[in-house]
Amino acid sequence: MAPLPSILEQTYRADYGRIVATLIRVMGGDFASAEEVVQEAFEAALQQWPRDGVPTEPRAWLLRAARNKAVDRVRRGVRLGAKVEEMEIVARLEQELATAPDGADWQAHPDDTLRLLFTCCHPALAEDIQVALSLRTLCGLTTEEVARAFLVPPATMAQRLVRAQRKIRDAGIPYVIPQMDALTERTRGVLHAIYLLFSEGYAATEGDALLRVDLCAEALRLARLTRALLPRHGEVAALLSMLLLHHSRHRARVTEDGGLVLLDRQDRSKWDAAEIAEGVAQLDAALALGSFGPYTLQAAIAALHAQARSPEETDWEQIAALYQRLSKLSPGPVVELNHAAAVAMAKGPEHGLALVDDLEASGRLTSYHLLPAARAELLRRLGRWEESATAYRRALALVRTEPERRFLQERLHEVLAGTPTTD
Amino acid sequence: MKYLLMIYENEKIWESLSQEETQQILGEYAVFTESIEKSGNYIAGEALEPTPTATTVRIREGKRLTTDGPFAETREQLGGFYLVEAKDLDEAIAMASRIPNARTGSIEVRPIMDYSKNMG
Repeated sequence: MAPLPSILEQTYRADYGRIVATLIRVMGGDFASAEEVVQEAFEAALQQWPRDGVPTEPRAWLLRAARNKAVDRVRRGVRLGAKVEEMEIVARLEQELATAPDGADWQAHPDDTLRLLFTCCHPALAEDIQVALSLRTLCGLTTEEVARAFLVPPATMAQRLVRAQRKIRDAGIPYVIPQMDALTERTRGVLHAIYLLFSEGYAATEGDALLRVDLCAEALRLARLTRALLPRHGEVAALLSMLLLHHSRHRARVTEDGGLVLLDRQDRSKWDAAEIAEGVAQLDAALALGSFGPYTLQAAIAALHAQARSPEETDWEQIAALYQRLSKLSPGPVVELNHAAAVAMAKGPEHGLALVDDLEASGRLTSYHLLPAARAELLRRLGRWEESATAYRRALALVRTEPERRFLQERLHEVLAGTPTTD
Repeated sequence: MKYLLMIYENEKIWESLSQEETQQILGEYAVFTESIEKSGNYIAGEALEPTPTATTVRIREGKRLTTDGPFAETREQLGGFYLVEAKDLDEAIAMASRIPNARTGSIEVRPIMDYSKNMG
């Protein structure tokens, strides 16, 4: 029974959000209880599957187990003289269980996850908690992982998440996709959550590679649905464009043994031409709608990369200019770091190095491995081997993911051996 | 669900209005109140006398302390309220945004505690 935990983990990563979304609808918007019954269903699977074998439809099994537990829970909770609405929930649950064949919920309610996303991004919740709650509930990230993403202690994040779930229940935040006038108010949070969902799938390198593809696919699906919902919103088109353009490269980004391949070394014939074309079309749509927001700028950068037939043909000057605009629009050290890298490509490594040194001197990003990694790379290109090796060692002390660690280690060895690879 | 829509505004602005402007706003309030009565959302609503009429009461170590003025000095003061029935927060927010003083002050929307739910 060795593969069982991985099957379960895979199902958890891929379907947790959808199962929770469905349960929240079925349980009348009770986030906390829905999460608990889904957890219980996974625990039941952990006990029963090794004994009875893995069901042919694992997600349908889990969904049904969670619904059974939901019925038990609601029944137990209903007191004598219960309110009409509680009785209605029980009746609805019982009816769903009696009539819904396994897995039918996905066909019947394809928008459960979108509804969940819009509920998590209700403006009555603080913006950072909207996104945190979306990641926790939609992607099934642990509270610790969400806390890490927001750079707060896990206990603080747990408290905020509980408070947000309680507010959804007690303040009567409805579990619906809102009407048009309220939609735009929520797009910021929704777009940010979709973006982070995609990033988690695209950049995180913990665990099984398959699960990340699923998160990316889910983010793309949600971006498409949101785009259909808000056809005149340029930044939605821009976000979709950006996701498509990044996703188009996913087959070229990793080696067969899971190693990381940087943009300039990717086999461009592995890029998905159809996704690039669609991404560029969405960027044009965003520009036609008059959008010049942060997602449009990032989509434009991604489009310049995607349309270059070789690394040498990349329009680094324009990319550097776009990063500069982006750093004015949504300032942040990571954007500045990317700007420095683009400047290094456009004008030469010493120009980029000056910007990276400024950034380092500012004391921001001290625990971010890509800062010393970028420095090491520029020093390497300038032939300053010893300084480069020192910077690679610093990056290695901070890096968290295995493929990146391997990549940095290889570079360090090259620099130490004095036989650097040429670009 | 029941919600309390609390109307906060800077009293000084209210005092500085001309009689005509005051009449205009009161007229808008009358229209709003009538509309939520007709739609069945209205439960209660009142305007409050300004904060100089407020008295704050506290019991500390068994002794009563009575002081002049509202609980806290703030830029905006509670000036009135509506108690409404709404199906969810979105409906309550929609009503709150139609209150005339939403344009100049701010409306705090708070659900009324449902004891039958919270005891469970």
